Amino acid sequence: MTITLTLLYDRIRWDEKELLNSARSKGLDVKEVDVKTVIFNLNEAKAGEEYGDVVLQRCISHTRGTYASACLESKGVVVVNRSSVSEICGNKLWCTLALIRAGVPTPKTIIAFTPESALKAAEEIGYPVVLKPLVGSWGRMVVALRDREEAEAVIELRSQMNGALNQIFYIQEKVKRPPRDIRCVVVGDRVVAAVYRVAAPGEWRTNVARGGSTEPCLLTKEVEDIALKAARAVGEGVLGVDMMESPSGLVVHEVNSTVEFRGAQSATSTRIADKIIDYAVNLVRR
Amino acid sequence: MKVKCSECDAQINVPDDVVSGEIVTCPDCGLNYEVVKNEDGVTFKPAESIGEDWGE
Repeated sequence: MTITLTLLYDRIRWDEKELLNSARSKGLDVKEVDVKTVIFNLNEAKAGEEYGDVVLQRCISHTRGTYASACLESKGVVVVNRSSVSEICGNKLWCTLALIRAGVPTPKTIIAFTPESALKAAEEIGYPVVLKPLVGSWGRMVVALRDREEAEAVIELRSQMNGALNQIFYIQEKVKRPPRDIRCVVVGDRVVAAVYRVAAPGEWRTNVARGGSTEPCLLTKEVEDIALKAARAVGEGVLGVDMMESPSGLVVHEVNSTVEFRGAQSATSTRIADKIIDYAVNLVRR
Repeated sequence: MKVKCSECDAQINVPDDVVSGEIVTCPDCGLNYEVVKNEDGVTFKPAESIGEDWGE
């Protein structure tokens, strides 16, 4: 029986094209559905049939992707990643809590709910600290605060921004690390690629979206174990686990649920898209 | 395939193998267009701008 796989998207990038090509080359019946054009009738139980056997959710908008996944799951559709996984990964607090619960080493993190307590949190960690938005990606609005003066200025600006989530202050130690971090692409219970993401000159953030470059990283047992533990902590799936080399060992700062793998692909000969498609197919073949 | 930018009238060269959902950018003014392919043919609509929840 031919398996039907639906790619749910809102924008087609290199990664999605790679996934579509891989799925077609494996002989799957492939559908492409633009999430911006669909509606979900929540009272109609059978409305999920048109999506086939499995949906690969690749929306660039985290909220849209997570909510669409929840609607599809309510109709019995198998979605990769599950909405519960993208919900956790899309919010830095949920993600950090899940990692800590599972015993995964993370940077020291404090949450505060007012500008005043945010300053207290920064003092408690000790400067320099990093202030991150709860939701967001690509290093957007992630700022390093070197001293109290900078912290006061940035926290005041943040407190005047719209949106309830901007009033939650997620403050983390600025880990003393080399100018790079490690990105592991985890598919199910396997690390399919590990790369260093090296910060661009003059930039401390390592995000590829910030000009960071990728270099091959030897997958040691330690890196592999921590990556798999972090992936299990958020509920497993197709994930990008990011970790830093701190003086006291590896710490995981983020798990991404719509992993962008173009950078990682350039540093490995394993075809990452093939691993992702195989994983999705095996979920429904079992 | 060649289309005209609705913003600045410049010519945008679109690869023939472009797929629905891809973004093409006007080389002159930088406006992004989302490609929509359906039974009526190919259309280009101004792309959404980056949202605060966009990313990985």
